[in-house]
Amino acid sequence: MPGADKETDLSERIESFLSELKRCGSGAGSLRGSAETARETTALLRRITAQARWSNAGDLMEIIRKEGRRMTAAQPSETTVGNMVRRVLKIIREEYARSRGSTEEADQQESLHKLLTSGGSSEDNFRQHFAHLKANIIEAINELLTELEGTTDNISMQALEHIHSNEVIMTIGRSRTVEAFLKDAARKRKFHVMVAECAPFCQGHEMATSLSKEDIETTVIPDAAIFAVMSRVNKVIIGTQTVLANGGLRAVNGTHTLALAAKHHSTPLIVCAPMFKLSPQIDVSEILSKVNAHCPLFDYVPPELITLFISNIGGNAPSYIYRLMSELYHPEDHEL
Amino acid sequence: MADSDGRQVVSINHSTEEDVKLQEVVQAKCEGKELTKEEKQRLRKEKKQHKKNKKDDRGPPEKEKEKEKASVLAPSKPATQSPAHKAAPVPVNASASESPVAAEKPAKSKAEQRAERRARQDTERASKQGKKEGGQQSASSKPKATPNELQPVKRLPEHIQVDDPAALKKLAKKLERQQVPLRSDYGYKVSLFSHLHQYSRKNPPTQQISIPATVIHPSIVRLGLQYSQGIIAGSNARSVALLHAFKQVIQDYSTPPNEELSRDLVNKLSPYISFLSQCRPLSASMGNAIKYIKKEISNIPSQCKEEEAKRRLQECIDSYINEKIILASEAISKYAIEKISDGDVILVYGCSSLVNHILCEAFEKQRKFRVIVVDSRPRLEGREALRRLVKKGIRCTYVLISALSYILPEVSKVFLGAHALLANGYVMSRVGTSQIALVAKAYNVPVLVCCETYKFCERVQTDSFESNELDDPDDLIVTRNGKTHLENWQTVKSLGLLNLVYDVTPPDFVDLVITDLGMIPCTSVPVVLRVKNVDQ
Repeated sequence: MPGADKETDLSERIESFLSELKRCGSGAGSLRGSAETARETTALLRRITAQARWSNAGDLMEIIRKEGRRMTAAQPSETTVGNMVRRVLKIIREEYARSRGSTEEADQQESLHKLLTSGGSSEDNFRQHFAHLKANIIEAINELLTELEGTTDNISMQALEHIHSNEVIMTIGRSRTVEAFLKDAARKRKFHVMVAECAPFCQGHEMATSLSKEDIETTVIPDAAIFAVMSRVNKVIIGTQTVLANGGLRAVNGTHTLALAAKHHSTPLIVCAPMFKLSPQIDVSEILSKVNAHCPLFDYVPPELITLFISNIGGNAPSYIYRLMSELYHPEDHEL
Repeated sequence: MADSDGRQVVSINHSTEEDVKLQEVVQAKCEGKELTKEEKQRLRKEKKQHKKNKKDDRGPPEKEKEKEKASVLAPSKPATQSPAHKAAPVPVNASASESPVAAEKPAKSKAEQRAERRARQDTERASKQGKKEGGQQSASSKPKATPNELQPVKRLPEHIQVDDPAALKKLAKKLERQQVPLRSDYGYKVSLFSHLHQYSRKNPPTQQISIPATVIHPSIVRLGLQYSQGIIAGSNARSVALLHAFKQVIQDYSTPPNEELSRDLVNKLSPYISFLSQCRPLSASMGNAIKYIKKEISNIPSQCKEEEAKRRLQECIDSYINEKIILASEAISKYAIEKISDGDVILVYGCSSLVNHILCEAFEKQRKFRVIVVDSRPRLEGREALRRLVKKGIRCTYVLISALSYILPEVSKVFLGAHALLANGYVMSRVGTSQIALVAKAYNVPVLVCCETYKFCERVQTDSFESNELDDPDDLIVTRNGKTHLENWQTVKSLGLLNLVYDVTPPDFVDLVITDLGMIPCTSVPVVLRVKNVDQ
């Protein structure tokens, strides 16, 4: 039967996605960037929405939550998977609410009202069936996909606002976002980039070769020389693995040292991170569980050391991140 | 002599005896007789005295005039003899200054002062001459000879003037004269460091020397090769190796006829020092050691027999090593062990012989602690430290410097070694040390620097750019996951690799400096330098 085939096909795809997640851990040079992971996750969720059997929004949310839990369990350090699942859940809620006819305003009566009136939405258990819900949800997910595809470009477009001529910019490791950011600025302006190689995986080497191919003056420095050369650096621009809800970062190891050195010299620290990296978990202890043989993969950088976040929706201070979170995710989805 | 009248006028202050000597000399000159060596020395002594008095009369010293006089005197006599003459008056003056002092009791204090000033000036002249001839590179690390007087700034050392073509030409000419091969820079240099040399390990200057080497002693050639290949690394090891090589040189040295050991040996050492600094720029500790040796050599009295002189020099070198390095490390260990308590978690960086010694001593004295060794690419010296500590039986953990923020919350103390302590309180050490101090400060962990006093130097520096060493850039190339991204970095025009060797740590990051003289704050370094110089 066609239905059964679709189902097996779907489960096959989910399984293959899970195994691929398990295989490539981030930090050891992920085979795919986080943007790609986010896109694949969202595409998979769209497929689930289209092909799985569900009759009302509640069922769909259950299915997606289940799959989401499995996906995050496969690779806990890849937080974009969980973030995308939460985005889709929020989309489902919104579409459901719109189909039911409740106005936008009621939903947007957010933080303060909902804080005070607990269980304002818990009476709503998403059991009503709507005919066009599926189509609406899939359309919304498509919008999300377009947004994801444009994140890097949106961030790069802001490059010229922040980089001027004859600057010395420092970065660490390899971030595809920062690479695109710098390449975009280099089309119009001349500046110098110092890349800290970020041992032991030395991803900075790849970044440096890629940048120098675009005729950007690049220098590779070992991690130990970060503080030594910081006095000549005008800006520090880094990417990150995750943006935490308090405005802090979970970034590649060595970033905390870089942030402290920048703070000491009062050099601005700019983080280029698209919004899909924003994660509601503030669980710092999770970082310590990442250690293998004292080679920690990530650093926690507190929000005091960060000057600016550049994302696809513009520039923000770290103190504003928590507000953006409430726009992207529903509080009930924080725990999948 | 045009200025004989002038000299006579100003020499009212001189004792009559000296006047008589002067008259004799002037007479001899006028009569066209060949001046004897002693007379020449006396003439020069008088000129110096005259200038010293002029200075007292006028006020600010005119060093240019002195240099002028020195250069005027030099061409008139063979070049090799001029430093010797300048060096020889030191013992001669010492005896000569006795006589005027003894002769006149009432004017004793004034003459004594003058004699002291003269002697000091001569030592300063001798060291300056020695510096001019062979130690231009190490000039930056020599302390001022007379701390009580304000000396004008010394000439810029050559090794930080690589971007100046005139300075490079001068160096090339000097090396040619000394028959030392000139080493050429390698690879694209980052523009911020264009004033420094950058050499490749693959072409050491020893390749350009013929076998057997005629000008350069073979033990020096071997030492140069060991330096340039990094076989001997670490400032204590380099200084000790240098002193041992010099002992060998002195052993094999034989004074040529019509030469004095005290002058000729110093001249022999100059091309060796140039060669060594071509192999690898001299460290501050090596500079101080060389200065010490040169002073000892020039202080050998001329009537001393060769064997006796050589034996004396060997003893001097041995006692220097023993005192300044071995005993100093014992003293520092004693102080440092007071600072280590049971249950401590101590963080060390790289491989410092002194810090390793302290930790091994503390372990022997039954202190309970564990060590975290922080290491960094490309040198990975921490592995050597790890090996030594684990062999002793100390519990160790090993991390790379990028994991510093992760590991620091566990640490109770940080022990760092130093390459040199600068006169403004900054600590010059292996690159990465300042980073460790910075992050330790952020976590409120005390930072203790251990450094022997012979590594203190008069130089000042505020950041790591002004004077540094660039190591072979190819060291940064590494293969990961089967790919070597930087393999062809030379072909890419805008790509540069920076392999710094040293960096400077500001004194506000350092809580305590442990030296053989005691435990001092970072800002007391110039005080120690002053005390040391007065002692010498």
